[in-house]
Order: sequence, then structure tokens, then C-alpha cells
Amino acid sequence: MSDTRSTAFAPVADTADQYALSHLDVLESEAVHIFREVAGEFERPVILFSGGKDSIVMLHLALKAFAPAPVPFTLLHVDTGHNFPEVLEYRDRTVAEHGLRLHVASVQDYIDRGVLRERPDGTRNPLQTVPLTEAIQEHRFDAVFGGGRRDEEKARAKERVFSLRDEFSQWDPRRQRPELWNLYNGRHAPGEHVRVFPLSNWTELDVWQYIAREKIELPEIYFAHEREVFARNGMWLTAGEWGGPKDGEPVEVRRVRYRTVGDMSCTGAVDSDATTLDAVIVEIAASRLTERGATRADDKMSEAAMEDRKREGYF
Amino acid sequence: MTSTTGQQATTLLRFATAGSVDDGKSTLVGRLLHDSKSVLADQLEAVEDASRRRGQETPDLALLTDGLRAEREQGITIDVAYRYFATPRRRFILADTPGHVQYTRNMVTGASTAELAVVLVDARNGVVEQTRRHAAVAALLRVPHVVLAVNKMDLADYAEPVFAAIAAEFTSYAASLGIPDVTAIPISALAGDNVVEPSAHMDWYGGPTVLEHLETVPTGHDPSTDPARLPVQYVIRPQSAEHPDYRGYAGQIASGVLRVGEPVTVLPSGRTSTIAGIDALGRATDTAWAPQSVTVTLTDDIDVSRGDTIAPTTGAPAVTQDVQATVCHVADRPLTPGQRVLLKHTTRTVKAVVKAIPSRLTLDDLSQHPDPGQLTTNDIGRITLRTAEPLALDTYTDSRHTGSFLLIDPADGTTLAAGMAGTAG
Repeated sequence: MSDTRSTAFAPVADTADQYALSHLDVLESEAVHIFREVAGEFERPVILFSGGKDSIVMLHLALKAFAPAPVPFTLLHVDTGHNFPEVLEYRDRTVAEHGLRLHVASVQDYIDRGVLRERPDGTRNPLQTVPLTEAIQEHRFDAVFGGGRRDEEKARAKERVFSLRDEFSQWDPRRQRPELWNLYNGRHAPGEHVRVFPLSNWTELDVWQYIAREKIELPEIYFAHEREVFARNGMWLTAGEWGGPKDGEPVEVRRVRYRTVGDMSCTGAVDSDATTLDAVIVEIAASRLTERGATRADDKMSEAAMEDRKREGYF
Repeated sequence: MTSTTGQQATTLLRFATAGSVDDGKSTLVGRLLHDSKSVLADQLEAVEDASRRRGQETPDLALLTDGLRAEREQGITIDVAYRYFATPRRRFILADTPGHVQYTRNMVTGASTAELAVVLVDARNGVVEQTRRHAAVAALLRVPHVVLAVNKMDLADYAEPVFAAIAAEFTSYAASLGIPDVTAIPISALAGDNVVEPSAHMDWYGGPTVLEHLETVPTGHDPSTDPARLPVQYVIRPQSAEHPDYRGYAGQIASGVLRVGEPVTVLPSGRTSTIAGIDALGRATDTAWAPQSVTVTLTDDIDVSRGDTIAPTTGAPAVTQDVQATVCHVADRPLTPGQRVLLKHTTRTVKAVVKAIPSRLTLDDLSQHPDPGQLTTNDIGRITLRTAEPLALDTYTDSRHTGSFLLIDPADGTTLAAGMAGTAG
């Protein structure tokens, strides 16, 4: 009987070749379906656009979903005030290129007005929730597209594609609507909104493979370059005006790239020689660390750090 | 995701797992992820730390999937969790459904998109009431492939007769429910037997491991055998200098194959036209098929809007305002005759009223109990509805996409029930 095992890997008898679709085709069609459902059912949708790779892929999918007409959504960026200049430049160039409308909610403004207080550790990621929630209320956005993926983090693995939020943007994981087939229920009361995650079923590798397949341009910090960095909590942080390094944290020049792009105070670079998309894909496929584990200080705080931030209205 | 490299095109398999309390489902899922090297070093480190804090000697792989604080605190899985892993042959999306809290609702959710369901049983307990219910849900939701994983074989001395008896009982029950394909596999999720690596303790078993089976089971089915359906999501009208007269009907093909030049009927209006062009997300094409998202143009300027269905004139569905269906009730409040609801079918949401609830189904054997009066949370029953507007509804047997619908509470938007059309009787 043991030779049955050796033949268990017979050719996969999938759908007749003529009608075969790759996993990227299937994920792309699913995401486009989600964008079009929102366009059909909501009054004031907005895409959260940071200039990070996931939001860039979201925008690319939205452009494809409605071509040759323009994207029927505006964009919103929560600017922590510690964003990478290369990324802000990319953001503004993209907005201009596609004739889009961008709203910016500024964490710095909230700090200057005394509404938010700088944390002792200098991390501004958790501070984004209030400006985000207030921008949603102010502009009366009823659907808010986020680039969150379920493979990123275990609390996100429990997230719906359409995720209902109350007027305070809060997420209650125990009161989520069951999501059946591809029938999304976007009903909500005035003041409530729905967070929508078109990339729910994508992995980090899917995102990179899709970027390569579609030849999507990215901010250059995603590729290997020389940078002045210093070590903190096992990560390479960029030296800069945001506050690092402190005394005793020596700065050195290393060849690095970013796997994620967020607030400079808590987004780490990884050592890398990958200067092309193909090289990045090989590097990610071989990585023994998750994207957030390798690059996000804020998720290392506790077992439930992401769940707690999500409950309060974080992305 | 570790071993997938480069631009290699791979297929996608969506599957669901179901098991009773303590059948070791989370351990199986953890084992699949761990042994297929989809758990990365920092995730494993977190699980090892958490296990040590709880006083466990070996890492508790269930902690990989229990993502919410309440789940970790209570040691149970509350909600469906989605997991992602890949081998060089396939990408997998796993809906991990809890065994006890809200189990029917959660399993119906997980099974609705699954092409394969893994049902776990404890080798020491055999087929129990919950096993029958899980099989019944897989049958009702028409999941094409079912795997029976007989777990904890290490606690049953890896004995072939134990496995054979459970496999025979389950296979015969599954056949009575109409499940076409059952594969039984003896495993120990804890020890790793036959999950990813073949077992060294069960020479009498010559079949595939769980992962080998997941990698080789056929996915999808030939769309050319199904009638084509395009529910219209959105009408694309640029009204620009470059495209002054463009009117494209955007949607995801729910079933079948669409071809340029094909005569089509728009439902429910019954107007007819011909497909002039198909745009498959930036690429003009002559044919497109499920589940592709496309934009279709027609040769005639006829009235088409969101909620309409475009179908080939030959094989177009009948439209109806009287719906007979099997529903799984998922809300806390009961469903009663006379209740006014919203019905969401494909891209169309219409008002409807529950006319009658002729029977409730016992999940133990799918037998019917007449006149239950109402359906409460996690009940499955047959109902009849009258809709305010006609629907181009197929039977669920014919199509999992155009035969399914949601019932929604018009007052607060709660999802009340998951419906499968055309199986009343």
C-alpha cells in the first residue's frame, strides 16, 4: 500500500485548463466585486490611502473596477506627522496623476491643539484613531476602505469583509454579522459606518506578486537602499526629526528596505539587498518572520495589542 | 506562504473545518500551518511564550488560531477565523469554524464559500450527534468534497478496526444526505500522524495525508456546463470627451461562460439584446467565465441597472415573487410567519414577507418537523416568502451563487437568515 503515497502527488485535476484562473485572478475579481458592491450601495465611500503597498494595491484595483470612468471615491490619509517623505511625495504624485481628491487628517494638528498628547515612547500609531474617527464623522463617510489583511495578525483573522462600526468607530468582535457566500450586508444606521476590507483574503506574498504582475510603481523605500538607522527593540529605525535616536543609541549606515510603511517611530527597516520586485518576492518567500513581527513595534506590546486598537476604531 | 516562490501561478482552494468540542480541531489547524511551514518564527515564539505562561509544557498550537482575548482566556474558539497558507502546488483559504458556541451559524458561514469541508471526530467517541450535524450542514450548503478526519488515533492504539468502523458509519450517513465525495483519513493532530507527514504508526493506511488530499482534490468545476449569469453591480458611464456614449454593465460572473455576440435577456424586465463587448479588467476579450469580474457592453441602448441579471436568452432563469427555500436562522430574535424582511439576492435587495414556515429540520438526520411556529437561532427550516418585486432566482442545487440569499431586518439591518432557494417540498 505504501506506493499509493508516492503517487499521491499525481497531477492536479483542476478545472479544464481552458477556464483555469490563477489565485491572483480569483483574488483580483473578488476585490473588484467588493469595490463595486460598495459603489452600488453606499453614498459617501472613502479609501484610506497612506502610500503604503496595500493601499496602493487597493487604489489600483479601484481604478480597474470602474474604468474607463474615474474612481467614484475620495481618499483619506491619516498623517502621523512622522511619515516618510518619500511616501508623502508618492502619495501626492499619485493623487495628481489620477485626478483624485485627498483629505488629510493630521495627528500633528491634534497634538498642537492639545487634544492628543505625545506618548513617552514617541509612537504615534495609536494616536491615529481619534483623527480617523473624527474625519469619518466630519465628512459623513459611510463606507471606509482599509487595506487590512486577515493574514497580518490574529485579531484581523476574525474580521469581516464588511465590518460595522458604531458612531465611535468601535469594533465589537462578538457582534459581527455572519458573512455568507459573497452576499455582503452593508445596512447601517445614520452615524454608523462600515469598514470594508477588499484585500481580506490576500497574503503579503499575494500583494507582492500582484504588484509585480501589474507592474505597479511603489515608493522607493520598499527597495534596498543605504540609510542612517539605529537599533531599538530589535528593529532598525530611521534617525530623524521625530525623536530618534536617544542617547546611547548609535547611528549607523546600513543597506535596508521597508517591508511595511507606517509611522517612522515604530516602523522598522529590514536588512536587504533586494532592489527589484523579483528580489523582494524571493526575500519574502524565504522570510521566517511575519511582516508585522519584523517591522512593527506597536504589535509587540501585548498579545491583544491589535485587538484593543481595533476595538477603539483603529484601521 | 513560505514555499511559494516567484510568479508561479497556483490554484486556490477554499475549505472549512468543523468538529465538536475537544475533537482537536484547533490542534489540527495549528499542525497543518506548522508542519507546512506556514507558521513563522515570531508567531511560534508568541505561542511558546503564551503556552509557558499557562503552564503548558509543549506549545499549544490552538493558540495560533484563537485570535481574540476572550477565546484565549476561555480556551475556546468563538468566531470563524480565516487562515492562509500555501504549498508550491496550491494557495489555501481555511475557514476555521468553532465547534460549540453558535456552531450552526458559524459552520454555515464557513461552508458557504468552501469547496471542501473537513469534519473531525474523536476516534474514541466515533460518530456523535455533532458529527451528523456537521455533515448535514455540508450537505445542505452543497460543499462538493468532505473529508472525515478520524483524530486521536494515538489514543485508540492506531487500530485499523476502530478507523474502519467510524469511516463506514460516516460514509453511509453522508451518502444518505447526498454528499457525493467522502475521503476518510486516520490522524493524530497532536502527534502529527497523517496531517502533513505520513504516519509511522499506521502501515495499514495507504491513502493520502490531509495535506496531500487538500493539494490534489479537484477545485472548481467546468463553467461551460452551467448557464451563464451576470448580476449587474454597477453601471459604468464615464460621460467623458473620450467615452461620451459608453455604458458598461459591471459585475462578477456568478456562473457559466459569457461570449461576445451572444443574444442575452435582462431580468427581471425581459428585454433582450446582444453582448457587444467584454472587458475583463482592462483586457478586451471574446469570452469570460465565473468567477471573473467583468464589464459588459450591449448592442442596444436598453434600460439595465444594478440588481438586474444578464443571462443568455437560451437558458435564462424564470422570474418569481414566490420563493420556497431552506433557511438557516442566524439572528437572536426568532423568525415568524407574517414578518416583513428585506431579501438580498445577488445584487438585488427587495422587500419580502414570510408567508409560512412549513417545517423545521432536525440536523441529526435532516428529517422534517411540521409547523414549528417559528425559527430560533441556529434553527434550519423550510419557509415560503412573497417578494415585492420579481427575482431571477435559480435553485440552490443549480447554483450556489444565484440560488442563495440573505434575509435582513429592515429596522436595524441585522442579518436574520441565510437562504437556499428551491428546496422546499
